[in-house]
Amino acid sequence: MEAIYLDHAATSPMARGVAEAMIPVYEEIIGNASSVHSFGRKARQQLDASRQALAASIGANEKELIFTSGGTEADNMALTGVAEANRNKGNHIITSIQEHHAALHTAEKLEKQGFRVTYLPVDEKGLVSTQDVEAALTDDTILVSIMYVNNETGVIQPISEIGELLKEHQAYFHTDAVQAYGLLDIDVHAQNIDLLTATAHKIGGPKGIGFLYANEKVAMSPIQFGGEQERKRRPGTENIPAAVGFELASNIVMETKAARNQQYEKYKQILIDTFTESGIDFGINGDPEKTVSTIINVRFPGANVEALLANFDLSGVAASSGSACTAGSVEPSHVLSAMFGSESPVTTNSIRFSFGLANTEENVKEAAERIAGIVKRLTS
Amino acid sequence: MKENKNTRVVVGMSGGVDSSVAALLLKEQGYDVVGIFMKNWDDTDEFGVCTATEDFDDVVRVCNQLDIPYYSVNFEKQYWDKVFTYFLDEYKAGRTPNPDVMCNKEIKFKAFLDHALSLGADYLATGHYAQVARDENGSIQMLRGADDNKDQTYFLNQLSSDVLEKVMFPLGHLPKPEVRKIAADYGLVTAAKKDSTGICFIGERNFKTFLSEYLPAQPGKMMTLDGIEKGNHDGLMYYTIGQRQGLGIGGSGDPWFVVGKNLEDNYLYVAQGYHNDYLYSDSLVATDINWVQPDQIEETFTCTAKFRYRQKDSEVTVTVKDDKAYVAFKESQRAITPGQAVVFYQGDICLGGGTIDEIIKDNKALQYVG
Repeated sequence: MEAIYLDHAATSPMARGVAEAMIPVYEEIIGNASSVHSFGRKARQQLDASRQALAASIGANEKELIFTSGGTEADNMALTGVAEANRNKGNHIITSIQEHHAALHTAEKLEKQGFRVTYLPVDEKGLVSTQDVEAALTDDTILVSIMYVNNETGVIQPISEIGELLKEHQAYFHTDAVQAYGLLDIDVHAQNIDLLTATAHKIGGPKGIGFLYANEKVAMSPIQFGGEQERKRRPGTENIPAAVGFELASNIVMETKAARNQQYEKYKQILIDTFTESGIDFGINGDPEKTVSTIINVRFPGANVEALLANFDLSGVAASSGSACTAGSVEPSHVLSAMFGSESPVTTNSIRFSFGLANTEENVKEAAERIAGIVKRLTS
Repeated sequence: MKENKNTRVVVGMSGGVDSSVAALLLKEQGYDVVGIFMKNWDDTDEFGVCTATEDFDDVVRVCNQLDIPYYSVNFEKQYWDKVFTYFLDEYKAGRTPNPDVMCNKEIKFKAFLDHALSLGADYLATGHYAQVARDENGSIQMLRGADDNKDQTYFLNQLSSDVLEKVMFPLGHLPKPEVRKIAADYGLVTAAKKDSTGICFIGERNFKTFLSEYLPAQPGKMMTLDGIEKGNHDGLMYYTIGQRQGLGIGGSGDPWFVVGKNLEDNYLYVAQGYHNDYLYSDSLVATDINWVQPDQIEETFTCTAKFRYRQKDSEVTVTVKDDKAYVAFKESQRAITPGQAVVFYQGDICLGGGTIDEIIKDNKALQYVG
């Protein structure tokens, strides 16, 4: 039985050519980019070329791009770094309750350190409202961090609107764009985004590298200490092969954005049509009009995630639910709890399917049939 | 009969050596083995650390060694409602509950079994030391584990043959040292892991402290049955019949033992001497009776019984009437404790059991016991 991967929002396979492009970097670029010799210079040259390409992909300049180990580190750096460096300007941070834990837990840590944090709610469609951001803003606010696309529901947040709102305010605007990067058009300067998180492994690049874009005007303290790499903002010897892989994966997704979005929308429709035809009871979580093409979050009334996910896996379909796993058990999703209330059955009967390079119309159709069969068995 | 490779067996894995070896043996027999970790209790501390995390990590490592899929399932709510609530209620009633019996009845072999079946399992297997066999009529019976020292049928007494029909105990025929040896020979990461002791949700913590977090302690007087005050007690729920430790009564003569509880006046009754007459009884009444094979139970019969785990069997005569079992002892018994299980055996066959409800001596129920 063919195993079918519908969990690209967790991590994606490497795009064709990416691994191949990294191998010569591992083998030939042996220097440390900070070294003052020819080996070092060659490494630095390669690193900066990747940095330039990645910065250009979001309309930033290369000085504004900090390589990190991935999205988590970039979120941690954005929140902690900005909070610490701007305490003289204020003590208030605004974020939302549906953020990725990389941001959410950092906000909670800052709260313990004495910052005041406002966690904005989301509506039943999975959206943060710009009016809520506006209402929460005070003269004391130094940072607003709202994710671009929610990782569980795929719902696209009103980032440009919030950017516009914050234009005249001292607060910096950070967005975790891990699930948006490579699918949506992003121009950080036009959208007035001050900080932005992206990671390579969600777009067909290698695991272990991401970036934080931080506008030149942003005051930010480092969160790690060591050498003076990344303009003293992120120490540690640079991972040049990964940067090259990230650059190539980024080039590919930027060039194929429109075609891929179209393809993934088709996959989504196959899933919906197959479920509908099978007669199973299901519903879609999050505003379908404002969701990225790659993610669909489906509730199956009468079923339960633990049984669904294990059954899917045993019949070769890989999907996921919630974002937190404690001792392997799936805790009710904090995102769906935010949308529907923590007592709602939706928090324990919903599954996220996410499309990407490992999918074809055929295997999505096949997976949808297996899923429908399992749901039918479990709910009848 | 399905071939083994087409027979799916879900193994309840705790991260301990027993369930690890259970999974290993089934895998070696060619079954389609799926490991599932069950989380029933959340003991997450202020640093986010919880024993379940470490145990699940061991399950992950063992399953990867065996190359079998693994999942987890959360029964915290069911456990709280069905087991922990009962546990507290029994203590409130001055009795000594047995949460393991209840957990097997309501969680492991009910909610968890249903979950296993929903994954397409043909059988649920656990690392219990007990055996399932068919009698000459083809009906399922439960036998003691081959290792007399580890036999766990006492805790499984509430299972019936229609449940056991779907259950496997792969370790039932093995002595414990052999199980450890198999684990070591195979290089299982849990081979040398310490066996868990005590009540699972309390673990290594102090029992008294744990209980006091859930039930208000009501200190009261410690009395002899003749009404002589001997000191104070910390709360009746902290004591069990026959207990010697922790009474703090000094003086000369034989040591003092708990012989009864008076919930109304909040007295703890104590008496002197291990063999004190008050600790002895000649029969009991049990409720919540389960028979593994109910159609094979006569109205009155003789068999052997255990009144607590790991006790030697005693001869009894059982009379079944109105969902209760009246159990008369051949020889008088010491410190029978209400709330504990009484489990019946015919040779190696575990017939079933119940909860000890009343304790009787000379045709009179002991007023302050039970």
